[in-house]
Amino acid sequence: MEFFLRQTINGLTLGSVYALLAIGYSMVYGILKLLNFAHGEVYMFGAFAGYGMLVMLGGPASPIVPVWLLIPLMFLAAIVVSIVVGVTMERFAYRPLRNSPRIAPLISAIGVSFFLQATALFLFSAGFRSYDAPDLIDISTGIAIGPVDVWLVRVLVIVVASTLMVLLTLWVNKSRTGKAVRAVSFDREAAEMMGIDVDRVVVVTFLIGSALAGVGGVMAGLVFGRIFSFMGFTAGLKAFTAAVVGGIGSIPGAMLGGLLIGMAESYTTAYISSTFQNLIVFSLLIIVLLVKPTGLLGKPELVKV
Amino acid sequence: MARIGVDEWVEQSDERSEDYDGLIGPVRRILDNMAPGLKLAIGAGLVALLPLFLQQGQVRIGVSILILAMLALGLNIVVGWAGLLDLGYVAFAGFGAYFYAAVASDQIPAHWPTALVLPVIVFLSGALGVLLSLASRRLAGDYLAILTLFFGLIFLELVRNFSRLPFVSEDFDPTGGPNGIPGVEPWSFFGFEINTFNRHYYLLLALLVLLMVGLHNLDKSRTGRAWRATRDDPLAAGHMTTPVNKVRLLAVAAGAAIAGFTGAAFAAVQVGVFPTNFALVFLITIYAAVILGGSGSIPGVVLGALVIGYLPELLRNPATASWLFYLGVSVALVARMRPWSRLAGVVGGLIAFGFGVRWLVKAIWIDVSSGEAAEGFLSGILDGWILILGDHRDIITNIAFVVAIGGALLAVLSTGWRQVFVLIPTLYLGILVWENRLVFEPSLTRQLLFGAMLVVMMAVRPQGLLGKKRVEIT
Repeated sequence: MEFFLRQTINGLTLGSVYALLAIGYSMVYGILKLLNFAHGEVYMFGAFAGYGMLVMLGGPASPIVPVWLLIPLMFLAAIVVSIVVGVTMERFAYRPLRNSPRIAPLISAIGVSFFLQATALFLFSAGFRSYDAPDLIDISTGIAIGPVDVWLVRVLVIVVASTLMVLLTLWVNKSRTGKAVRAVSFDREAAEMMGIDVDRVVVVTFLIGSALAGVGGVMAGLVFGRIFSFMGFTAGLKAFTAAVVGGIGSIPGAMLGGLLIGMAESYTTAYISSTFQNLIVFSLLIIVLLVKPTGLLGKPELVKV
Repeated sequence: MARIGVDEWVEQSDERSEDYDGLIGPVRRILDNMAPGLKLAIGAGLVALLPLFLQQGQVRIGVSILILAMLALGLNIVVGWAGLLDLGYVAFAGFGAYFYAAVASDQIPAHWPTALVLPVIVFLSGALGVLLSLASRRLAGDYLAILTLFFGLIFLELVRNFSRLPFVSEDFDPTGGPNGIPGVEPWSFFGFEINTFNRHYYLLLALLVLLMVGLHNLDKSRTGRAWRATRDDPLAAGHMTTPVNKVRLLAVAAGAAIAGFTGAAFAAVQVGVFPTNFALVFLITIYAAVILGGSGSIPGVVLGALVIGYLPELLRNPATASWLFYLGVSVALVARMRPWSRLAGVVGGLIAFGFGVRWLVKAIWIDVSSGEAAEGFLSGILDGWILILGDHRDIITNIAFVVAIGGALLAVLSTGWRQVFVLIPTLYLGILVWENRLVFEPSLTRQLLFGAMLVVMMAVRPQGLLGKKRVEIT
């Protein structure tokens, strides 16, 4: 029971990170019908920005500001850098292709992803960096849930991720801009005719998606320690799987999918073998796609002529 | 959401009139009037003469370019003609390579003659393609891209961990796990071994020519028309009684069969196969060849493969890499900067800016510059102009790189003399980063270049070098 509970907490932590990333994939797909292959790279840049802030403020062993201030500052740095990367990407790689054949922005997205990976390799070299979060927050400090002691960082990740998701849901459903986002996602041309500034909505979407990815990057650094220039590829694929499993284009679907993929990965590692972790997650995706092509919470798309 | 009233004919009309003026006009007209067969014969004849003048190492490069060209032609069927984004394409090449390697080495007890194994590979890869597209039959558009991407990833995972799968005995290991299969025997037809680079070169060249002829006929056939019809408008094509699903399935299967066959050649040339051969980088290389050359055009795709395949070799040597870099920058400037006074402004400003920065740095901070520029045709001139960094090289080039990218993006947005003023420092920083870092890191440069190329091509010339402009009707 204790082992199972521990794995569930692991899965929830992992799932929170995937869910934050998956939201970005899903929102962009909902609005532009574009699979943004470069989203994982935004997350990687977020992780590095958080690391940069950590190093600038004295490193994990001897930070010059208190921890409760340091961690929000890391998140802030990640959010700023991710937003810059994400919005620039939209402006230069995707906006000029708004009216091209469907395949063009997809190829452009692959190019952006490749380019950003090379940029990270140039800037940060190929080696691993470590957040060394246990130096920052002692691994023994935590909250007891039943027989399991949960490390404070994990609690932080789960709480922050859930808060952000609740806020996002509220924003999309209640605010004026959120309504515009939903309208554009429902029918772009009609929304444009109703006076909605589509370009602005697209920028806002990329901004929110990128910010969430940046937060996810710092979380990944805090919980799993190691960051490296290719981390965006694998995590991006998993989050992408999550978005598709949940039903791409649907925000609650992305959250559900993220948690599911996180759990599946955690249980596979614990009960089967870590060798087949990727294999099982990817097979899960293919099975879901074959049985329910629109994902768990996705709606079938109507084709208009 | 294409422009209203614009079809393909209208979209291409500028190109039709423009490109026949000026110096290259007559040459183009002669080329256009030549029969495709004659053009191919001349081209192939010239390429066939090359090994007489080249060293073995260069013939080896030629062989890998031929392989890339065949793979790109296969991908062109799926992406260029049928308009399907197949991101699992390298898995088919990997399948062919691994299958050949397994039965042509000591990996498993079976040992098959090449003449038997090649048809089997073609058939099985094609069947795998049919299976994959049957699975994705219900999935429209982007979902196919997703499914094929994950198919490629699962292939890699399987290859890496085959012997560790449950229900597989420890001793049976046809893939060699992460170590791959070394020591693969060459192709051998009834005692005649294809074991030198020259033999590989001529065999693959003959196969490429056959493939080009076959694909040319296929393109003009009923099937080729059906592919293009489903690409441009699947719904309309379906109503005109084109069996859309069957036609798409055929495209994926044909691409897969070509990939599988070429994969077998790849394994034989490399004398081994390794899981890293079929990673994402290889997929992007093939895509880059197809997109650069012009998806849909057979000579275009082959040209794209030639450029993309030869580029890494040029980058490997700092002297030729530098030559290429400055040539590329100059061509881009000459082609894009109008009127000439602005071009002169950029060049003059850049030279003055460089000397200014150098003087300023020497005046306040002496130890930043040390050493000489990498050798190259300009190195003598550059030594006195650009800064070659010493102690703080990495941090300074990092900042310069980020600022240069920002400047390049800003230059895209600005016009007139403002663009000139943005371009001067941007170009300076670009040259600084090039001379100090990139010229020594060919694989990194290649990755940057391929990524940027895909984005730029899509924005500036989505039809590629030799492709034709297309309009998607929605």
